[in-house]
Amino acid sequence: MLKIDVQKNLNAFQIATRFECDSSGVTALFGRSGSGKTTIVNMLAGLVTPERGKVVIKDRVLFDSDHGINIPPQKRRLGYVFQEDRLFPHLNVRKNLLYGWKRAPKTARRIQLEQVVEMLGIERLLERNPGRLSGGEKQRVALGRALLANPSLLLMDEPLAALDQARKEDVLPFIERLRDEFDVPIVYVSHSMEEIVRLADTMVLISDGQVEAVGAVDDVMGRLDLRPLTGRYEAGAVLNARISKHDPEFALTELAFGGGTLRIPLLDVPVGTLLRLRIRARDVSLALTPPNDISIQNVFKATIVGIGSETGPQIDLRLDAGGAAVWARITKRALMTLKLEPGREIYAMVKAIAVDRHSLGRVTGPDRFLSGD
Amino acid sequence: MYSLTSIELEALQLSLKVAFLAVTISLPLGIAVAWILARYSFPGKPVLDGIVHLPLVLPPVVVGYLLLVVLGREGLIGRWLYSLFDITLAFTWQGAAVAAAVMAFPLMVRSIRLALELVDRKLEAAAFTLGASYWNVFVTVTLPLISPGILAGCLLAFARSLGEFGATITFAANIPGVTQTIPLALYSVIQTPEGELAALRLAVLSVALSFAALAVSEILARRLRKRLVG
Repeated sequence: MLKIDVQKNLNAFQIATRFECDSSGVTALFGRSGSGKTTIVNMLAGLVTPERGKVVIKDRVLFDSDHGINIPPQKRRLGYVFQEDRLFPHLNVRKNLLYGWKRAPKTARRIQLEQVVEMLGIERLLERNPGRLSGGEKQRVALGRALLANPSLLLMDEPLAALDQARKEDVLPFIERLRDEFDVPIVYVSHSMEEIVRLADTMVLISDGQVEAVGAVDDVMGRLDLRPLTGRYEAGAVLNARISKHDPEFALTELAFGGGTLRIPLLDVPVGTLLRLRIRARDVSLALTPPNDISIQNVFKATIVGIGSETGPQIDLRLDAGGAAVWARITKRALMTLKLEPGREIYAMVKAIAVDRHSLGRVTGPDRFLSGD
Repeated sequence: MYSLTSIELEALQLSLKVAFLAVTISLPLGIAVAWILARYSFPGKPVLDGIVHLPLVLPPVVVGYLLLVVLGREGLIGRWLYSLFDITLAFTWQGAAVAAAVMAFPLMVRSIRLALELVDRKLEAAAFTLGASYWNVFVTVTLPLISPGILAGCLLAFARSLGEFGATITFAANIPGVTQTIPLALYSVIQTPEGELAALRLAVLSVALSFAALAVSEILARRLRKRLVG
């Protein structure tokens, strides 16, 4: 259980953050740059002291201004992966990795060097100094160092933000493995929807230091009222779907979700696996009658349940496809010509290739968050 | 010609002894003062900063005189040192080291302070989150990161101590075999008629000593750099 209720005055605005969530799996703090996410994580870690409030992680009170409790960072036993690697330049990789491990209580050392080195694939880097590692390698070592401290919770503050796209792709799978193979809950700060869809189960939406929403990633992303915060370009539905079939002949994988079947490029994941996928609103088109003779592989019936109020030429429609929320972005002209309105049944179309591996994540969280499955 | 006379040898040994002791005295204190100046702000900070830098701008003779007033056997603190611990500093080689340490102190502090101000505090924060205590972070992260600055400070202090004259002659006097370091010996032979050759030999010795100090520090600096950059 993660409970936070803190206040802190920054120059630009006041942070008044309050939320409670199950700390198992990955909890994402999502918000634009400058929304106060890093300060909130620093308050969890004890690097920033709130003016007042309370921080409780797994029944352990780390901060409570009413009772004068403020456990210093070195006693909180939280691992922290920063945006920059922050490796100690004077220590080699092995000593960096073991820095926190050596300082963890002997009884808490359940994760060992060999496991982590093997998982991160950094055997040949052990004797090197951080100055001679690439950006991706450094961040992998930083992940290992935080994990080896055997923390009760791992904090990650935009651990990929300082890397270019190719390096991100190098490091992201390691964060997924870390999540899947080690039983350490993670609080993951990001402003990238892609990363959150791939990694997180629960999502806390932050804006100007305030919590706007807490819940399962698909629920929060499906809410019309949060659209200005979740971002227009990024906007889309997050669905949970189960792999029902692989079609090696056409290199496609079939996914079953509330609205029917989705075909996407072949995935190397066993049948039955539950995935989280994001379908961006701009990749969804609509038709009034079942379209024939078209290349689009994914056509499913849906009902219009909401129409956005955007200014400009485009407009976002919220659809209900067998209980799953899907978004479609169309022009206002199309809205008028087709006379679309709430309650209307339509056919939604998604190109198979619009769902790529960047927008897929494995669902790891508790089942109660599942919807539309 | 190539071997040192006993006076030269004594002066050389004494110079080294004095300089080493001066560095040893000023190093821990220098780190502490540099730390305070680099990391804290408090009302009296400019005053402390000023006192630390005073020996850099005061005439050395004045520093020597002030040391006599404070640490002489009749001095404010010297009286206590003598009656409680039987320690006499004035007119002893330890006194010469104290004079050299005081003169070298601002150089030591400046160098370490600069290094401290360049330390990425984010690394220290990372060490805290990994469970290291304050002292542990200082020893395992801060100290190694400022080691080039400490080395530079030590070298500056060492060189300054080798060359120290005014404060030393005032506080410790010019006693052959006791407080007569190379600069004082050089001063003495210049005073004697036909001392040119002896003066030249001492000057050469002084140059050689300084070069040796520079070489040692360069080697150490390279090693440190290699450790820091890899």
